[in-house]
Amino acid sequence: MTYSPIDRAATKTPQGVARRIRGLSDRTIAWIFVSPTIFLLLAVNIFPLIWTIRLSFTDYRVNRPNNEVSWVGLQNYQRILSDPDIWNTMQATAHFLIWTIILQVLIGFTLAYLINMKFKGNDLWTTIIVFPMMLSPAVVGNFWTFLYQPQIGLFNYVVAFFTGADPASFSMIGDVNLAPWAIVIVDTWMWTPFVMLICLAGLRSIPDSIYEAAECDRASKWRQFWTITVPMALPFLMLAVLFRGIENFKMFDLVVQLTGGGPGNTTTLTSIDLKREAFERWRTGYSSAYAVILFVTVFGLASIYVKALNKVKQR
Amino acid sequence: MMGFVNGLLRLRRGPWEMLATVLIGLGVVMLMQPFVLVLYTYSFVVTLVGTVMFIIVSHFPE
Repeated sequence: MTYSPIDRAATKTPQGVARRIRGLSDRTIAWIFVSPTIFLLLAVNIFPLIWTIRLSFTDYRVNRPNNEVSWVGLQNYQRILSDPDIWNTMQATAHFLIWTIILQVLIGFTLAYLINMKFKGNDLWTTIIVFPMMLSPAVVGNFWTFLYQPQIGLFNYVVAFFTGADPASFSMIGDVNLAPWAIVIVDTWMWTPFVMLICLAGLRSIPDSIYEAAECDRASKWRQFWTITVPMALPFLMLAVLFRGIENFKMFDLVVQLTGGGPGNTTTLTSIDLKREAFERWRTGYSSAYAVILFVTVFGLASIYVKALNKVKQR
Repeated sequence: MMGFVNGLLRLRRGPWEMLATVLIGLGVVMLMQPFVLVLYTYSFVVTLVGTVMFIIVSHFPE
């Protein structure tokens, strides 16, 4: 008679332990397996969230732990929601978020569509295109500051070559009008490959038989694109937008390295401002309220987006 | 329109989720628009109401 590994493990279990386990219901055993994960989630996610919400109603400062903490009610929220500087920060974030998503989706989908047309060397091109995504945001921020240098930067010379303008006549990261676009360009350069990869997965999941059926029905390439390619790749595209939207809402490292939030406050995104309030001005209660506002916004947007995604998938 | 109102009155998920979605969207637009400070001030309340409503109404029957 042969024994399976499960049988062998069962025979090696001490009798006392085996008797105790046999007495447990399936539900209890399931809880025993799941409880470490639930405990970790509570400790790492839920507890800090509840603690942050509690701190947001106080004037607590983490650099003065011995000070008496007073309950200030909704005062932190009132101050944040009537502060024109934070309002400007929200607008800078909106500008960054909207333009990066639009550009990344358009360019990413186009690249995926081109790569999907199997041609000689497309694997090599995929690797080359994906390269920026593999770099650290700090490295990317650092070398783009050199590329944007008015005197020696390659970017200015490329723009000058196409427009005829003097390369030293404009500074991408020193001009209040150009700096918001400078961070959009760098983020698009870095993260378009990610959108492209997700779109490529979507395009490759479309069976060839559907296109063959469309060919038999004499559907034009244009019609095939709008009635087969786009609807079937849409869930993947929406997933890419969700990931990039959430990531860019909390964008920090790349922009800090590139512009430091300047010139003035033109590229100060909410996460940069939040970090300054929390760890430079040490207003922990105030910054907690700030974090709660951002959390509710992202959570609300993500909820409706996931619902829309599920609807698209069910079609 | 009558179907939507009936759905709201009979506590059906679809119309209530639609209402919550509109509130969240409105709140986010109010938060990030560059025109009126008062809208920015009330944006969080609108988003919060929408988000809490969305969580609750997700458990309503279809």
